[in-house]
Amino acid sequence: MSEPSRSPVRVMSGNEACAHGALAAGLRFFAGYPITPSSEIAEELAVRLPKLGGVFMQMEDEIAAMGAVVGASLAGAKAMTATSGPGFSLKQENIGFACMAEVPCVIVDVQRGGPSTGLPTMPSQGDVMQARWGTHGDHPMIALAPFSVAETFDLTVRAFNLAEAYRTPVVLLLDEIIGHVNEKVQLPDRVEVVERKGPDTPPDGYVPYRHTEDGVPPMAAFGRDGYRFHVTGLSHDETGFPTNDPVEIDRLNRRLNGKLERHRDRIVEVARHACADAELAVFAYGSVARAARQAVDEARAKGIRAGLLRPRTLWPFPDAEVRELGRRVATILVPEMNLGQMAHEVEWAVGGACRVVPFSRVDGLPVRPGQILELVERAARAGAGVPA
Amino acid sequence: MTDYAKYLRLDKFPLIWCPGCGDGIVLKAILRAVDRIGLDRDEICMVSGIGCSSRTPGYVDVNTLHTTHGRALTFATGVKMTRPDLTVIVVTGDGDATAIGGNHFIHAARRNIDITVILYNNWIYGMTGGQVSPATPSGDRASTAPYGSIEPNFDIAALAAGAGACFVARETVAKPLLLDKLIERAIRKKGFSLVEVMTPCPTTYGRLNRKGDAVQMTAYLKEHSTSKAKAETLSGEERGRAIVTGVLVDMDKPEYTEQYARLVERLRGAPAGA
Repeated sequence: MSEPSRSPVRVMSGNEACAHGALAAGLRFFAGYPITPSSEIAEELAVRLPKLGGVFMQMEDEIAAMGAVVGASLAGAKAMTATSGPGFSLKQENIGFACMAEVPCVIVDVQRGGPSTGLPTMPSQGDVMQARWGTHGDHPMIALAPFSVAETFDLTVRAFNLAEAYRTPVVLLLDEIIGHVNEKVQLPDRVEVVERKGPDTPPDGYVPYRHTEDGVPPMAAFGRDGYRFHVTGLSHDETGFPTNDPVEIDRLNRRLNGKLERHRDRIVEVARHACADAELAVFAYGSVARAARQAVDEARAKGIRAGLLRPRTLWPFPDAEVRELGRRVATILVPEMNLGQMAHEVEWAVGGACRVVPFSRVDGLPVRPGQILELVERAARAGAGVPA
Repeated sequence: MTDYAKYLRLDKFPLIWCPGCGDGIVLKAILRAVDRIGLDRDEICMVSGIGCSSRTPGYVDVNTLHTTHGRALTFATGVKMTRPDLTVIVVTGDGDATAIGGNHFIHAARRNIDITVILYNNWIYGMTGGQVSPATPSGDRASTAPYGSIEPNFDIAALAAGAGACFVARETVAKPLLLDKLIERAIRKKGFSLVEVMTPCPTTYGRLNRKGDAVQMTAYLKEHSTSKAKAETLSGEERGRAIVTGVLVDMDKPEYTEQYARLVERLRGAPAGA
């Protein structure tokens, strides 16, 4: 198989790569609000989208940006917004609407230090749990976390493809380092693009929230080909109209959440580095995974059989992959720029099969390779991963 | 005669609104206006927020979107920018549009985006049981203003005009035949247009303020309605209580979707690499 053709090598930031990835995936509508450290995404799209006939709008606030994105998607456009922690908080109600009304869209959160206004210009991974549970009620959620500029492009495309395939919002979690780091990239000329599944019946027989076999109802667009339908954030039956019928409400809630569980293996992606014979592993994502990869390589050079499991999908959580790893290693180290948000998930997934050691950095500075190496060496000395 | 049934989802009846509520009168006025313009059901997108008024779209057989509290105009903006050819009508209430949605209301007006807002003003939060709204007349009671509101109330039409709306009108449900003519003009107007409709809520506002039944409340709206010209001749106190009706603003100014289309045209016409 031949390699897909690629553009010339360029230097760009993660935020720029995100904008390019969105356009490659077919973005036609962006609405946003200025916030550090995500604004470069909006700025890049403000230049490019109108030239392509797409819509760029700076809205009056973060909530408006999220609402406009949902409206645009219902009218048939691939739509995205980008923000950081405080803005991500404000968007949550309308993200929940998108979950409930099954409206495909992409929300980029370039994480900065929190809580509250926190550290606008410094990195964090403090929004990992908010990405999963930020909006109220049980709801499905997909979140992806790239670890390089090139991967930011790829995962932005993937975020759109997953949103369109499963009719659901997808959160792309960058952090300030990934958003602002400049790296050499060679973007592909063409990418695989998924389009939402349209109605398979004439308007008369169209049931907008039909409980289909695959859990994903075909989606019409407002004002196209006579498919008039109703959309609401209220609990609704298959026709899309509000209902108080407990049977219908239960069915809806189970289908909404079940559709991601059903397709879980197509959604969850992890990258493994030196895991095959590892006796000790690091679980790391986003910019921390860069430091972890270096630490693992340095540990290997010292004869420690360390490996790295790097989830590209954070939600749904890669529980099976972590569980499998936990059965093969003595220790999993979980370095994060938060107070152990993912470490708890890792512990739950391994279910006591191995030791889980969290490492937190919440001072606004990145986790350094040396810090992870030290943890690896300490764990090795303690008996896990000692060279045979 | 308007064939209302043509535009209605009759299987969703009976209406959720209380006996005596004016919202059904507004619904019928909207349908008469739409019918007179001759709009096809597929060409209309009706968007609402949360509240009694915001249940209107559920009954209308067009593209309908019942959004989150206060945010109808943001969703409607996304729809309109994606499909500028659609006629986008937002139905909202005084609380939905001017409290929680106040920011979106003034900015949609400022952009002068071609969306028609039909704002049902019943001076109170009806759906949640009668809490005070930014439109509750100062001194009047609500469940969360049991001693009378001590806040000044918004003049919603003036708010829209000040923010840049190109068409602003006000009418009461006591004059439904004038109402549909104003709604028709608002929909035909290219730009952000508002029709503020004064409508009685006998269940909450009426009961809490001893305003009588629906008939008495509607009679009150009729008696206190006055034209803009006549209002200027009234004394200060009389003018304060008057409901100034009719067309309050009608001007031409650049509309947002057209401005955006012009920008795209300019950029796409530019030489490559520019």
